[in-house]
Amino acid sequence: MNTTLKVENLEKYYGSKGNITKAVDNISFNVSQGEYIGIMGASGSGKTTLLNCISTIDTATSGHIFIDGKDITNMKSKDLSKFRREKLGFIFQDFNLLDTLTAFENIALALTITKTSPKNIEKRVFEVAKLLDITDVLRKYPYQMSGGQKQRVASARAIITNPTLILADEPTGALDSKSARLLLESFENLNNEINATILMVTHDAFTASYCKRILFIKDGKIFNEIVKGNETRKEFFDRIMEVIALLGGDLNAN
Amino acid sequence: MLTKLAFKNVFKSFKDYTIYFFTLVLGVSVFYLFNSIESQTALIEVTKSGRDIIKLMTNTLSGLSVFIAFILGFLIIYANKFLMKRRHKEFAIYLTLGMSKRKVSTILLIETMIVGVFSLIVGLILGVGLSQFMSVFVSNMFEADMEKYEFIFSIQTCIKTLVYFGIMYLVMMLFNTFTVGKYKLIDLLQSGRKSEKIKLKNPILCVFVFIIACVILGMAYYQVTFKATEMTSGKAIFIPILMGIVSTFLIFWSLSGLILKIVMSMKSVYYKGLNSFTLRQVSSKINTTVISMTVICLMLFVTICTLSSALSLRNEMVSSLDRLAPVDIVVYKEKNIPEDNTACPTEQIEDSRVSIEESFEKVDFDVNKYFKDIVNVNVYTSSDFTMRDSLEQNIDEVKKEYPFLIVDGVESIMKISDYNKVAKLYGNETLSLNEDEYAVVADYENLVNIRNTGLEKGQQITLNGKTYKPKYNECKKGFLMISSIEVNAGIVVFPDKTIDELNSINSQTEYLIANYNAEDKDGKKEIEEEILNLDKRENSDKIFIDAISRIALSESSIGLSALVTFIGLYLGIVFLITSAGLLALKELTESTDSKGRYDILKKIGADKKMISKSLFTQIFIFFMFPLFIAIIHSIVGLKFSNFVLSTFGGKNLLISIIMTTVFLVIIYGGYFLITYFSSKSIINKK
Repeated sequence: MNTTLKVENLEKYYGSKGNITKAVDNISFNVSQGEYIGIMGASGSGKTTLLNCISTIDTATSGHIFIDGKDITNMKSKDLSKFRREKLGFIFQDFNLLDTLTAFENIALALTITKTSPKNIEKRVFEVAKLLDITDVLRKYPYQMSGGQKQRVASARAIITNPTLILADEPTGALDSKSARLLLESFENLNNEINATILMVTHDAFTASYCKRILFIKDGKIFNEIVKGNETRKEFFDRIMEVIALLGGDLNAN
Repeated sequence: MLTKLAFKNVFKSFKDYTIYFFTLVLGVSVFYLFNSIESQTALIEVTKSGRDIIKLMTNTLSGLSVFIAFILGFLIIYANKFLMKRRHKEFAIYLTLGMSKRKVSTILLIETMIVGVFSLIVGLILGVGLSQFMSVFVSNMFEADMEKYEFIFSIQTCIKTLVYFGIMYLVMMLFNTFTVGKYKLIDLLQSGRKSEKIKLKNPILCVFVFIIACVILGMAYYQVTFKATEMTSGKAIFIPILMGIVSTFLIFWSLSGLILKIVMSMKSVYYKGLNSFTLRQVSSKINTTVISMTVICLMLFVTICTLSSALSLRNEMVSSLDRLAPVDIVVYKEKNIPEDNTACPTEQIEDSRVSIEESFEKVDFDVNKYFKDIVNVNVYTSSDFTMRDSLEQNIDEVKKEYPFLIVDGVESIMKISDYNKVAKLYGNETLSLNEDEYAVVADYENLVNIRNTGLEKGQQITLNGKTYKPKYNECKKGFLMISSIEVNAGIVVFPDKTIDELNSINSQTEYLIANYNAEDKDGKKEIEEEILNLDKRENSDKIFIDAISRIALSESSIGLSALVTFIGLYLGIVFLITSAGLLALKELTESTDSKGRYDILKKIGADKKMISKSLFTQIFIFFMFPLFIAIIHSIVGLKFSNFVLSTFGGKNLLISIIMTTVFLVIIYGGYFLITYFSSKSIINKK
């Protein structure tokens, strides 16, 4: 299987002389194509910093990140934007939809900034919308949609460019449990049907239980790793809870 | 401590203050510039009548300044409000830290003072600098010699500027204190979190409204261009103006929705780069500011028209003066007033028996010493001969087209030999008539047109029982009285014999036309003073003569045009600053509010270049849209004002249009660039 993401000895320090915080402390891991991986950790564990480094929003202090074989840690900022819009898809906790555009236009925007020919746009948006079951809301504006619908629109925007890697940062954080479940099921769908590689950061055990593999991070280091394998989601969930108990049990303290 | 905080705030957020500072500096310098004209004209040598007109001008400018102060005050308070809004979060921090509202007000007070003092200093320096250029312009305008250049600094104006702007800042401080007092902490903390509801107007309604607006505008345009001759009453001018305002409003109301719909249907344009985002931003901006856009557009329109017309008026007046006042003086007196005329004093009746030259002798003024090139002519009227007679055939037609024309007035008539003497002196075309012919001399365009309709048809005139036919089928260009504009409504010229035999003379006026017997300007001025002081001489109450002099005409026309020019410039520039300032502030508010949207764009991978391009396009459209409509209005408006001016004799607007463009580019363009760079720094702020 191809390696989509390879993180090598990644370190990110904050602060200056004498007062250094190691937010990410020598982390290495691989993600293969088609994987659905979760990263869990308490607040301040460094998981968001890690995600920011991978998503090229922040720069690493040392170490390397390879996405599709390309080292993004020594790319110029001009190439980074291009790389970001072509290879990566983002899903954020607070949706980040443009309130002035309709759902359709929000999704299409991801394509238009990659200079996709306008002819194909309509077709592709409808395809993705069908996959995520949001065809009905395409003409609506964000303020007319529910949270779950918004997050699925955001997901559609993230996957429409066929990114190498989809990065999701607490995607269920602002959703009620029913919407969260629907969204996670669509993620599963995406992972299974179009073989999308998804990296999801969360501190919610239920959300994490949809992943196929989970990395636990504590104080900037990988603390544990569990793989779902052939277990059911319930069994996987119980194992996650065990690790959380081991970590100190404060992960769910929201 | 508070002072330190205030100083730090000002310098830290200098970028935020740019637009505010720019507006204040421009306001102060323009205010100083136009109020200092008084001290600049003090050095110019003019006669007493010229001084009166300058006084009128400076008084008018001074009065206008109060009005201007209100406009600028409004703009400054608006700009200040924008700054306050951007700092809600900062105030929230102060308040949560336990600072009292009074102390927050004090910080603002000190900040306002710092910026105020700073802008006053810079504005005054700029104003004084600009006024040096202005003095060149002023002395050029009054045709004064620039040999004795002096650095002019008017302390009086300086104090006036300080007082006016001091009051404005004081009002602003009160306003700020009041606003801070009303703040609620929860609103401050949550400011900027509201998301707008997007209201898309019904596109069919937009198309409908847009068409209606175009039709109304078209009608208004038609009325002021092709039907401009009918614009004789205030009411007739008011209607197309009202139509213009309404249609401008409707265009702004409908156009954003219309364009959005059109571009949305052009998928290859709409779905390209950030176009969809850009267009939505622009349309929501225009949609939420329809009224301000209308006001700004109309202000720009007024600005363009006043600037262009004001600048051209003076040139027109001066150049027409050379043509229309070729001699130094025209003296005239009513002759042979009948003894039984009770309306006139007996001295006048007595004086009307003698010639102008003899009248001058009564006050010991030697005509031959002071005057040269003397021509003496007479103009008569006959009770048998009115305008109705010279228009007879077309009278109904003319009355229909010019309902205000008085056709029962007696016509002025002249001997051909007399007229030719005048024409020769003036350099106008001389005429020749056969025994049964007449000619009409006129230059007032409207009346020339009216009279030509009769002359074309060979209108015959009966005088003394004899019939005359027109020699020429149109009016000959010419005049008798010197003036600054073309006002000769018509003089009918007959063969000498006709007038010698005329038995129905209604009145007779003698004219003495002459040049001053002097070599240079100063010598002529001395003679002019001599004549102006005639009423101080003995027997001056026994003579009844009137005169028009070229110097008086020139001074009053220069004074009048200077008055109009400076008022036009003053208002035009202030309107320009106001409208550009309002647009800039609206746009900056908008950028602050949409910062989150740009962050999203960055996150999904739009690069800086794309975002800057989108921002530039938005601001460009936002600035150009009202300007574009204002320019279209102005083309028609200037056509109309050109028509009005051409009744004064004007034709050439090109130079003043270029000047107007320069003003527009500097002020409007300056605001545009500042807005763009400030917006860019707002959306790129971490």
